[in-house]
Amino acid sequence: MLQTVQRSGRKSAGKKATPHERFLEAFRWMLLARTLEEKLVSLYRGGAITGGVYIGKGQEAVSVACGLFLEKGDIFAPLIRDQAGRSAFGEPLVNVTRTYLGSRKGPMRGRDGNIHRGSPRDGQLAMISHLGAMVSVTVGALIAKRAKGEKNFVGLSCIGEGGMQTGSFHEGMNIAAVEQVPLIVVATNNHYAYSTPNAREFACHDLVDRAKGYGFEGYSIDGTDLNTSLEVIGGAVKRARAGRPPQLVVASVLRLSGHGEHDDASYITDEIKREPFAQDCLKRAEKLIVDLNLGDAETLKSWRAEAAAKVDEAITTAQKEAAPNADEEDWCAISTRELADQAE
Amino acid sequence: MSITYLEAIREAQAKLLRDDERVFIYGQDVGGTFGGAFKATKGLAKEFPGRVLNTPISEDAMVGTAIGAAINGMRPIVEMQFADFSSTALNQILNNAGTHYWRTNVPVPITVRLPSGGTKGSGPFHSQSMESIYAHYPGLIVMTPATVEDAYTMLIEAVAIDDPVVYCEHKYLYYHLKADKLPDKGLPTGKARIAREGRDLTIVSYSAMVQESLAVADELAGEGLEVEVVDLRTVKPLDIDTVLASVARTGRLLATGESFPWGGATAEVIARVTSEGFHLLDAAPQRINAKDTPIPYHPNLWAAHRPNPKTIAAKARELLRE
Repeated sequence: MLQTVQRSGRKSAGKKATPHERFLEAFRWMLLARTLEEKLVSLYRGGAITGGVYIGKGQEAVSVACGLFLEKGDIFAPLIRDQAGRSAFGEPLVNVTRTYLGSRKGPMRGRDGNIHRGSPRDGQLAMISHLGAMVSVTVGALIAKRAKGEKNFVGLSCIGEGGMQTGSFHEGMNIAAVEQVPLIVVATNNHYAYSTPNAREFACHDLVDRAKGYGFEGYSIDGTDLNTSLEVIGGAVKRARAGRPPQLVVASVLRLSGHGEHDDASYITDEIKREPFAQDCLKRAEKLIVDLNLGDAETLKSWRAEAAAKVDEAITTAQKEAAPNADEEDWCAISTRELADQAE
Repeated sequence: MSITYLEAIREAQAKLLRDDERVFIYGQDVGGTFGGAFKATKGLAKEFPGRVLNTPISEDAMVGTAIGAAINGMRPIVEMQFADFSSTALNQILNNAGTHYWRTNVPVPITVRLPSGGTKGSGPFHSQSMESIYAHYPGLIVMTPATVEDAYTMLIEAVAIDDPVVYCEHKYLYYHLKADKLPDKGLPTGKARIAREGRDLTIVSYSAMVQESLAVADELAGEGLEVEVVDLRTVKPLDIDTVLASVARTGRLLATGESFPWGGATAEVIARVTSEGFHLLDAAPQRINAKDTPIPYHPNLWAAHRPNPKTIAAKARELLRE
């Protein structure tokens, strides 16, 4: 049978590994995401952002690998910690700041905020908060592409180990395998569903074992290692594109933040912070750059400055723009306006 | 030739599949040689290969898949085996399909078919009427056809509409209602129909309750009372203008519906008529729904649980005495 489960974390995690050809490109997206999110956090703390801020600190290596190998015509269904992947997939930075800062020019126009943004016409789905729901939506998008005779497309749907425990996720995985669509599901186990640790989330030995049960090919990786993330997720994208069964990659990391910025994460134990999966993927990647002489201190400094400048520009642009105006809102939830109900 | 309500639904889907390559049907047991639990898709899988697809028992994923396909250019029709089971797809229908256009400016043209309402012996989990739940949430259109002709034209219209449509087809009407032929065109979506004219009392109804209300009108006509029956056709949007115009003629309002009594479509009709047409009313408006218990299995209990000509007529007489 096609279903295989591999644990490929060790395969490429050694120091002597040759860096992936897109390692530096990926690193710069990670750096941009980290820089942006640090800035969003400070804006939130200063009261400039209403609602919440949800960051992907510690998950950027996995996330960037999710977005990096997708092409125009592919479908990407990111979740809440996927800034790096969203940017790598092509989301303009200003879409992020416009959404967080509530500009009427943003993709959600003040109607939805923060990480719920999306641009379905560009292949980037707009997640809902109910976890697991976007897996089957991604499947449907791929079915449509197949029906229309498009070729060489894939879809990638992100999930966490928390979302993996929903019924919706289970149904989505199963229907993906039944439909044999070119889907990659990347599950980031950041070891906490809000404050609930793995032991109260699931009782199986390893989440990747579920791949076999669903009829997926499964891979398990150290998500703090950018090189591994690129190799394995990139490989999964390639396999899905080549017509292999749906792919599941389970990445192990530690969330290096609260669930959102309102959360001090005091429940994350000191013990777990000493685990290998608690390493900061960005620092690890930077160390590899230095160790392998892929870039010198000056280069790194210039990349940081460039990221900061891009972030500042996106924020300044959004800050100058008007907020939505309730009096100008048409308050119509359907596109067929003549069929709007007159309920008040 | 005579065609049933159920055959009209099958014919509408055949026409949709024939005329529009974006259409596909997705649901449990709809494909193969089986053609659905009620045979609403009988023969369609053979006629339209690859476009009438069996799914796993996964209501959430069925609708999620339809949403993804719809925002990428398709016009999926999802068949729920029974309306009752759409409760496990509520999240996708309400939170995903219902919010999508508002949030992203991209509409979601899915049609979810709900075989609705009671038939004797079907019990608590194969008899429900869900229209009030779907109408409560923003972003959805809720159709409740009461005639063979509407079953046909409204389903075709549902698929043409760019927004998500919950199409509530009544199982009791499947075999009981017949028409001589199918129309090319129906009333516009969102427009109620005067099913019978009268000057003494307005009964506002939809789906199978239209037929029950017409039976009551017949019965009361024998007593010299003229009942006007309004068929809402869609509970959302609610054509309150047609209802108000009728109440302006009769001065009395009885709203009937088969769903549970707390809130819902009948309550909405009464609330709007009371606030917008209080001066038109000669008596306090009344409503009649199913009882506030799960739907019973035994035919004796089931017949008393839902509004029926006897209980509707009793309520109507009470109203006419005032």
